[in-house]
Amino acid sequence: MTGSAADVAERVLELVRSRAADAEAEVTVGTGSDALTRFANSFIHQNVAEEVSHLVVRIALDGRVATTSFDGPPDNEALGRVVDSVLAATRVRPPDPDWPGLAPVADVPDPGHWDDATAGATPDDRAHRVADFVVAAGGLETAGACQSQAMTTAFANSAGQRAAGRSTAADIDGIARTGTSDGSARITSVRLGDLDGRAAGERAARKARDGADPTDLAPGRYEVVLEPQCVADLLLFLFLYGFNGRAIEEGRSFVRLGEQQFDPAITLREDPVDPHQVGIGFDVEGTPKLPFELIRSGVTRGAVHTRRTAAKAGTESTGHAVEGGEGLGALPTNPVLDAGERSTQELIGSVDRGLLVTDFWYTRILDPRTQVVTGLTRNGVWLVEDGRIARPVRNLRFTQSYLEALAPGSVLGLSSERSLVSGGFGSASLVPALHLASWNFTGGAKG
Amino acid sequence: MHDLTTAAVEAALAAGATYADARVMEIRSEAMAARNGVVESLDREERAGIGVRALIGSSWGFFAVPDLAPAAARRAGEQAANVARASTRVPGKDLELAPVDPQQGSWANDVREDPWSVSLAEKGDLLEGVTRAMLDHGADVAEAGFNAWDTRKWLASSEGHRIDQHIVECGAEMSATAVGEAETQRRSYPGIRGQYGTRGWELVRELDLPGNAPRIAEEARALLTADACPSLDATDLILGSEQMALQIHESIGHAVELDRILGWEAAFAGTSWLDLRQLGTLRYGSEIMNVTADATLPGALGSFGYDDEGTPAHPVDIVRGGLWVGALSGRDSAALAGVEAGGAVRADGYNRIPMVRMTNVGLLPGDSTLEAMIEATDDGIFMDTNRSWSIDDRRLNFQFGCEIGWEIKNGKRGRLLKNPTYTGISPTFWGALDMLGSGDEWTFWGTPNCGKGQPIQIGHTGHPAVPCRFRGIRVGVRG
Repeated sequence: MTGSAADVAERVLELVRSRAADAEAEVTVGTGSDALTRFANSFIHQNVAEEVSHLVVRIALDGRVATTSFDGPPDNEALGRVVDSVLAATRVRPPDPDWPGLAPVADVPDPGHWDDATAGATPDDRAHRVADFVVAAGGLETAGACQSQAMTTAFANSAGQRAAGRSTAADIDGIARTGTSDGSARITSVRLGDLDGRAAGERAARKARDGADPTDLAPGRYEVVLEPQCVADLLLFLFLYGFNGRAIEEGRSFVRLGEQQFDPAITLREDPVDPHQVGIGFDVEGTPKLPFELIRSGVTRGAVHTRRTAAKAGTESTGHAVEGGEGLGALPTNPVLDAGERSTQELIGSVDRGLLVTDFWYTRILDPRTQVVTGLTRNGVWLVEDGRIARPVRNLRFTQSYLEALAPGSVLGLSSERSLVSGGFGSASLVPALHLASWNFTGGAKG
Repeated sequence: MHDLTTAAVEAALAAGATYADARVMEIRSEAMAARNGVVESLDREERAGIGVRALIGSSWGFFAVPDLAPAAARRAGEQAANVARASTRVPGKDLELAPVDPQQGSWANDVREDPWSVSLAEKGDLLEGVTRAMLDHGADVAEAGFNAWDTRKWLASSEGHRIDQHIVECGAEMSATAVGEAETQRRSYPGIRGQYGTRGWELVRELDLPGNAPRIAEEARALLTADACPSLDATDLILGSEQMALQIHESIGHAVELDRILGWEAAFAGTSWLDLRQLGTLRYGSEIMNVTADATLPGALGSFGYDDEGTPAHPVDIVRGGLWVGALSGRDSAALAGVEAGGAVRADGYNRIPMVRMTNVGLLPGDSTLEAMIEATDDGIFMDTNRSWSIDDRRLNFQFGCEIGWEIKNGKRGRLLKNPTYTGISPTFWGALDMLGSGDEWTFWGTPNCGKGQPIQIGHTGHPAVPCRFRGIRVGVRG
């Protein structure tokens, strides 16, 4: 990187000013490193790392808007070319009547999600954790990945807004395999040092062994205890098609503010400054991300917005624009679901006849409004009878309305233990396991 | 550029690699999206850098820098070897590479109209016009967009490969959504992922978006009041070629990726129901089923001159007469499996390690037509245009949904059906294939958004497909 991220952002603004003094411009510059060590068949087979130098420039000229992103050395020649490209694009565009303007000057929170040791992590540091995972699996075949990232981000716009943040993140995510079953475990944290490869390997192996030799179970409606990865999946669909300001604007969302749309046990916040979360305190438009409630005691309280969707809704942006996500709308990046008072083991103990599900896989929306989703179970499913694990069962397909699954009267319990689960679009969900009254399994491995 | 790639390879070898290759990639892209008569976004992207792959023992090390200075190239080479060496803490059996003669050559695809030569004003007018037309014909939300990519890459390897390629890809899509009391219905054209190819703007012109905008808007509106697809344990199912492309992609393409079969993707993308010991004898489908992976098809999205480790593009038989006979492979996976290098390894940028990717995996045509299939069906359903897709981590159990369906009674297309879905198990489903469209209906569908790998890579794949009929399929699964 030629200069700091903040210096590069200022140089881009200056280049824009020198070429089009009346242009509105915003710049996001990200620099850092991203490394990932993959293992399969119990050995490291791919080990990758990259230096990151990325910038995004958006310019509005009389309401005509264009964006360019650039990966490469931000020397003057490159930055000049990028600015010229964006300006040329804006000059042939018709005005955008819905252009909401630039983010105003505002303080941004510093969540402090940074760890020097993680930023300086070496391939050996990741390999060490992989080795611990493999050994702890006790001879079972293993596969997975250990990742560490460190990013410094600077934002500047011609309206005077300036923001800077830095974040680290690390995770280990792997499976152990018996030949008839897989078991998974994952840990995500700001700190690579928090990743206990041995504990993860032991958990994955225990799940795999407990899930060995599964048998078929007839499809139908069952009580379920969904572990955190499944719960994060539920939230993702609620966010994409529900709490997203764009979906609301277009009438595609189920969200009705102030209504009891969920079970009273559900309280959901968006909270980038939660100490267990990851990420920075502003979005790609430079808007601060401040904590707020989406659901309180089952009542829908809020939605997330970009500047564009907020302007349409007559409200303020919540700071949830994502790069390249203009068509997507706004997405929560740091959801936190309140924990319950009983352990996951106690939730299982309260199941009459149902299923304990480790992970969901390949979930796809069938109807956004009703939130009907189809997908499969993965990495361990067990039949629970009278509060005890009865036997492992083969993976099942489900076709289930996520909204209905969380409706009033449907949530029988939330675990007191929560996990941070990495999700799409750079998000991470801090969620407990959920005990739900009913889940619609529509097919087994045989169809 | 080969000064840089050569310097990077030499640095990796000097740092201890037993094999190394280096790719410089320069990618520029342009994407425009319009909604409800207004162009909402115009995104351009430039990416340039060098990525180096180094082999030590059982592991690849890979390091990438967004910098094309000679010192950066050497640093990337050295770091790639260092990363590979760290892997020896958790070693496996030494990795070998299937032999490929070192290649020196250049390749570029045919482009009749450079996408960058078409003015932004014309592109914007097209997208705004079709979205307005959809609104005028009943859509509540009308969207349209195009994407174009211009990729130049230079590959050098320690075995002597020196290759440069220039690939231009282009395509477009549009959709109309109708919002009802308690549901939404969407129609897309030409498909949910649009249509893309290794072609220029001529592809977008041939799609004739303006000519199809009113129709899909009217269909989306009509679906709101259509009957729901019935729930049937078994019926005859006819699929349009766009849905067949998805069917091929999910239940053949990914299943025959050798890295999945070998377990290299077990924790993330998943494995495969296929067992290498059954290669050549396993029945994948009915006898009329023939599938190839052919990166030489002109204009198809998965076409190239050489893959990203320098293997020349060539057709690979995947299924012949219903028997499984081939896989998608790279040099490392091919050596482990004891097959020839398949030339199917690609990366989506300079900063990603090349991995097994579908080329143009598709069905060879048969001798029927869509209309003949409908006429030959007494009781069945015709579904078209993919809407949802879900398949298990072994690529066996799938449930797919389409945007639109029609009941078929006594050889005629009948009432409109909404929310059509079908489900099956891959070999059982393909075993039920009994009619295949002919060469006249053979379409090279392009999928520009196939996610795989860690860190995730977005692949561009092609899927030649024809309409097909399947007997005795479960349809209408509901939540």
